[in-house]
Amino acid sequence: MTAPIAAHANRRRWLAAAGASLAGLWLAACNKLTENPTSAGVLRSAEGLTRRVQRLVVDRTALAREFTPADISPDFRPNGSINPQDPAYQNHVRTGFADWKLVVDGLVERPLALSLAELRALPARSQITRHDCVEGWSSIGKWKGARLGPLLEKAGLKPNARYIVLYCADSLEQSLDGTGQYYESIDLIDAYHPQTILAYEMNDQPLPVAHGAPIRLRVERQLGYKHAKYVMRLQAVEDFAHIARGKGGFWEDRGYEWYAGI
Amino acid sequence: MTAAATTRATRPEKVLVSRHAAATRITHWINVLALTFLLMSGLQIFNAHPALYWGMKSVFAHPWLAMDAAERAGQPIGVTTLFGHKFETTGLFGWSGKPGLGEPRGFPAWATVPSYRDLADGRRWHFFFAWLFVLNGVAYLVLSLLSRHLQRDLWPTRAQLAPAHVWHEIVTHARLKFPKGEAAKRYNVLQKLSYLVVILVLLPLMLATGLTMSPGFNAAATWLLDLFGGRQSARSIHFISASLIVLFVVVHLVMVVASGTWNNLRSMITGRYAIEVDGEDRQGAAR
Repeated sequence: MTAPIAAHANRRRWLAAAGASLAGLWLAACNKLTENPTSAGVLRSAEGLTRRVQRLVVDRTALAREFTPADISPDFRPNGSINPQDPAYQNHVRTGFADWKLVVDGLVERPLALSLAELRALPARSQITRHDCVEGWSSIGKWKGARLGPLLEKAGLKPNARYIVLYCADSLEQSLDGTGQYYESIDLIDAYHPQTILAYEMNDQPLPVAHGAPIRLRVERQLGYKHAKYVMRLQAVEDFAHIARGKGGFWEDRGYEWYAGI
Repeated sequence: MTAAATTRATRPEKVLVSRHAAATRITHWINVLALTFLLMSGLQIFNAHPALYWGMKSVFAHPWLAMDAAERAGQPIGVTTLFGHKFETTGLFGWSGKPGLGEPRGFPAWATVPSYRDLADGRRWHFFFAWLFVLNGVAYLVLSLLSRHLQRDLWPTRAQLAPAHVWHEIVTHARLKFPKGEAAKRYNVLQKLSYLVVILVLLPLMLATGLTMSPGFNAAATWLLDLFGGRQSARSIHFISASLIVLFVVVHLVMVVASGTWNNLRSMITGRYAIEVDGEDRQGAAR
């Protein structure tokens, strides 16, 4: 009885081959749909919906969960740049950020240049919060920093200011046109949120280099890549389309969502 | 009664009855599409950090599940760690790819969308189909409650829940024996219970644990964090619940094939399902 067995094996081989080619076609189709501008645009449309619905159901001032000192992660993972090699930044590290100044400009009535001591004198807030990386992990840390809201009041936003762009000292990618420089942007809802701070302390110590010394943004209701480290300059703008590749941030320019609340 | 009529009446005959309402069929296939993409893009997202933890934060040294690449005798291997026990899973979990083109990755390329490693695009696919899944699921629940489909067809009767009856169903299922006549018109108790668990427990759990991972939504609903024991627990439950749904789909497909592939497929596409009736039942079925 070899014939039926052979037929059976033949059919099995045929089914396996058909299955494999179907799976191959399926994967190729999915990759094509990912890269095709029209279908990619359809997939992207969900981001706007998510942002609008979250802005609708989450109160502007609703706070992110805060934790107790016992919850602080001993293994808080630094990510992205952890020791920027940019010469200007290395100089600041050598001099203990003595000459470092945070520039606040753009659509403001009174441009500022604040030293670390001046920043420390501004209204501050301490919070123990969870840091959620877009990769999926979470670490908990204690942060102390200047509240961004009062700082912006000090500079006086012009009526047409809609976003705050944060320029950072680190280039995460080598580039000739400067698009490899890290930057981020947030809207005024997040900028004036009570937990949004420019943190200069982590776990009761000066912010370490790996976590963004001398200051990093904490914008607690969004994912980690929004929490720009090594912040050098705040710029109030009406629109960020003209900055770098126009998507509002280093990772946004590389396909990640501008609204990182999910 | 002639002799011919008698033979016809005693031999079972196939009659098409209407089984699935249009709303059930449409939402079923949209759900198939959405869940397929959610699963595959979900595995892409998982691959960005292929480790799971309990609690509110990640204790990196102690994931309860991890898929890593390691090296043995100069060769890369995939290692899956489950509750501290290590298993070699080269080619499937931790390390996979064509010969010479292997790479460290949690799940292999054929299981993810897109097939290459791209977290940003995986997230785009995931959240797009998450919206489709939610809107489709809400439409299904509203329509099924209004048409009483849920109450009439899916809710088990007291008689069906009697232990003796449940046991009887388990035994006949294990033998892959399925009713062909009048009884095939209704769901049996095992079908009802598994459908209800998926529809009312596992699928809503996917949404709830998914939202618990959203730092934005956390601020509006901190109680979700308490309910699931923290964001990392929610991520674990999201993964486990997805695995249970995959298990359900596997059993569901086996049952579809075992109880008549084409008949089942037709009923979920056109709504018509063939049952076998004898002469007396035929008139009843035709009404």
